[in-house]
Amino acid sequence: MRYMLLIYGEEAQQDDATGGASDDAPEISPPWLEYTSWLLREGIHTAGERLATSSSATTVRVRDGNRLVTDGPFTETKEVLGGYYIIECDNLDEALEAAARCPAAASGSVEVRPIIGMPVPESVPANAAG
Amino acid sequence: MTTAGPIAETNAAIELAYREAYGSVLATLIRFLGGDFDAAEEALADAFATALETWPRDGIPATPAAWLTTAARNHALDRIRRDRRHAEKLVLLERELADTEVAPMQLGTEGGLTDDRLRLIFTCCHPALPLDARVALTLRTLGGLTTPEIARAFLVPETTLAQRLVRAKRKIRQARIPYRVPFGEELPERLDSVLATLYLVFNEGYLASAGDTAVRHELCAEAIRLAALVADLMPERPETHGLLALLLLQDSRREARVGPDGSIALLDDQDRTRWDRAEIERGLAALDRGFAAAARLSHASVGRYLLQAAIAAEHARTLDGSPTDWQAVATLYQALTRIDPSPIVELNRAVAVAQAEGPAVGLALLDDLAARGELAGYRLLPAARADLLRRLGRLPEAAAEYELALSLSDNDAERRFLRRRLAETRS
Repeated sequence: MRYMLLIYGEEAQQDDATGGASDDAPEISPPWLEYTSWLLREGIHTAGERLATSSSATTVRVRDGNRLVTDGPFTETKEVLGGYYIIECDNLDEALEAAARCPAAASGSVEVRPIIGMPVPESVPANAAG
Repeated sequence: MTTAGPIAETNAAIELAYREAYGSVLATLIRFLGGDFDAAEEALADAFATALETWPRDGIPATPAAWLTTAARNHALDRIRRDRRHAEKLVLLERELADTEVAPMQLGTEGGLTDDRLRLIFTCCHPALPLDARVALTLRTLGGLTTPEIARAFLVPETTLAQRLVRAKRKIRQARIPYRVPFGEELPERLDSVLATLYLVFNEGYLASAGDTAVRHELCAEAIRLAALVADLMPERPETHGLLALLLLQDSRREARVGPDGSIALLDDQDRTRWDRAEIERGLAALDRGFAAAARLSHASVGRYLLQAAIAAEHARTLDGSPTDWQAVATLYQALTRIDPSPIVELNRAVAVAQAEGPAVGLALLDDLAARGELAGYRLLPAARADLLRRLGRLPEAAAEYELALSLSDNDAERRFLRRRLAETRS
């Protein structure tokens, strides 16, 4: 079973933790490097990325056929999504143990969600208009 | 098989099997079916239906639990066979069945089933489930209470409760909450969750004044039965005995708690001859086992339940006519404030200190507590202050506090008690 760890924290903390919000050269601080290494050693790491700060976020909604583009993330809470991991575990208890080791668990929070997947079409017909 | 008895006898046997074995048989079935609660419940319902048909004819089986387990397993396999989409699952289950086939007699014995019940209770009380769902799921699966019974006990509509159960089972399936007993570092937190759930079930039956008395009594009895089970299965954990002792000692005072006019009788005013001696004996024995288990563990393992049970035991020991050792009670509350630094525990400690060292000393503690404002709006704070002011002869102040407490209470029995006291301060 694959689980996604959604990493939430206060933005300032995330910037500190990753050595400043630099745009293109992400420096990873030692606790995060160590954590990713641990996930790899355990053989449960599937994917993981860090997101740019929420000030760089843009939200899209389509209502009645009209595209609505707004600035910023959807939520207005103090803790914002800062990154994610996808891990492969046998059950929730294992996923919770991995989440508890995440550096963000001590300062922000880590939401654990099972991934139910999304079927990918076997063949993709060419788009006539494309 | 015994000889076939009359219908009434078999019906009684089926009812007994339901009460005594529902949870344990279901627990085994859930494991057999790879954690599928719904399939296990269906299969067990089928097995009981079969029992209603065959027991009057063939006689009551020697070990009803083993018979029901085997019958339910067969029903589950039949259902899967009928549903061709589950062909793969069937192969796996039949292989497992062949591997683990045990004599029916053995299935019914405690040893074979205890682990499954423990697995079931830890799964039902998993902290990933909301508290109200833990309670409902524990009562439905381990307790074998029906959905309408649980809904009545918690004064919620049946549909709400049914939804709660559906969502909880869906989360167990989707998030893959494992069907296992936790160990190591995980165990203390998880055991806490189990004990807290059982305590909540008990309190729902014990404290609330509304609702059907018989159903509420059933909740208390069920909480005690499950607490005894957990203490039996995890005897090395002191708090399992602590919770059992606490529940038994509180329950022993049930009959004396409500006066003839329906008002709540305070400990001091209770007719102690109405305390249940047998429950007190069982409670004190559980308390001893708890402290013995704590002594065997190297670290500080006396937790909140053992301490609360020890406090209840101090009161229970007055049954032989000796006065309450309030100094001991105050000391136990002091220890409890270190584990559970809640203002409510401090309130209780102040009341005990007032008994041990006089109302003036207790009132000073309560005034400190009131000044901190954490208990603003909590009816028992003015009620306790009123009592101490009354005993100090400061009657107008006492009356004002009784009035405040009255305005905050919505419990009929409690309001009757407060009104009576208010009238006394004014006479």
